[in-house]
Amino acid sequence: MADEALFLLLHNEMVSGVYKSAEQGEVENGRCITKLENMGFRVGQGLIERFTKDTARFKDELDIMKFICKDFWTTVFKKQIDNLRTNHQGIYVLQDNKFRLLTQMSAGKQYLEHASKYLAFTCGLIRGGLSNLGIKSIVTAEVSSMPACKFQGQRVGNWISPANIH
Amino acid sequence: MSCPTHRRPEYRKINKDLFVLTYGALVAQLCKDYEKDEDVNKYLDKMGYGIGTRLVEDFLARSCVGRCHSYSEITDIIAQVAFKMYLGITPSVTCNNSSRNEFSLILDKNPLVEFVEELPAGRSSLCYCNLLCGIIRGALEMVHLAADVTFLQDRLKGDSVTEIGITFLKKPEEKKYRRKK
Repeated sequence: MADEALFLLLHNEMVSGVYKSAEQGEVENGRCITKLENMGFRVGQGLIERFTKDTARFKDELDIMKFICKDFWTTVFKKQIDNLRTNHQGIYVLQDNKFRLLTQMSAGKQYLEHASKYLAFTCGLIRGGLSNLGIKSIVTAEVSSMPACKFQGQRVGNWISPANIH
Repeated sequence: MSCPTHRRPEYRKINKDLFVLTYGALVAQLCKDYEKDEDVNKYLDKMGYGIGTRLVEDFLARSCVGRCHSYSEITDIIAQVAFKMYLGITPSVTCNNSSRNEFSLILDKNPLVEFVEELPAGRSSLCYCNLLCGIIRGALEMVHLAADVTFLQDRLKGDSVTEIGITFLKKPEEKKYRRKK
């Protein structure tokens, strides 16, 4: 779909823009990554709201993660997450073997050191989506060989399910 | 285990929202980073330029438009093909001068501002959609057409319509071609 081209280009310009206008020391102390992650967070919150307006309530945390891996990922990145692993104690690893935002960059180890810049927004996206579904989390990403990457979400605190709200 | 029936949300619409929401988050971040509206506007224009130079390739590959013979044809294609393809809208085109190098795109609907009610306080000169001007300018430059693209009217600023003005800048060689004809 043509829309995807627009978003991909916007995302890439955002990454290079943030780094170009970074002040001394901002790149090193991770300020740029934080900016991108925060933008992703806002968007994730908004997207999940529009998404789940009319869907049924989620029964548990795993249900939410499956939603993120299937419906959410398919709508945003045109494919499902390839592998979801969990330790059933609040840590989830989402593996995407052909991550849309990395496919144009390289196939393998080239430019590996830049990959984290292009994953920050998506980490925020996941964190924002989870946040509006009641899960406070920390989301990080790692890449060993593009375009495959893993997103790790770690729940912070307890899931506030609708049943628990009095 | 029975699955409760629920209406599937319109996934295509949500996919469009991704771009709109991301753009909103970007503008919000820029407003935090830059105090002056002109700086935000310039940044958005520059960003749009970078996008436009690349988007035009995608556009030409998808649309297979033929060679254009006039500025008016080009503007029509921008409005009826490009805008439709990427934003799902078709602005109307008007020509603003007799030498036929100044045009306006009138945007009746603007998906970029779908979630924007009004400009933030103290940001009255913010051209929220300035990215679009940069995109058009960058795309045209990649096909060797220099143009000035700015917002002439903006609904967010209280005008009745949103109007983008495209002024094609004549190159000296063109005059030579005309004489030969």
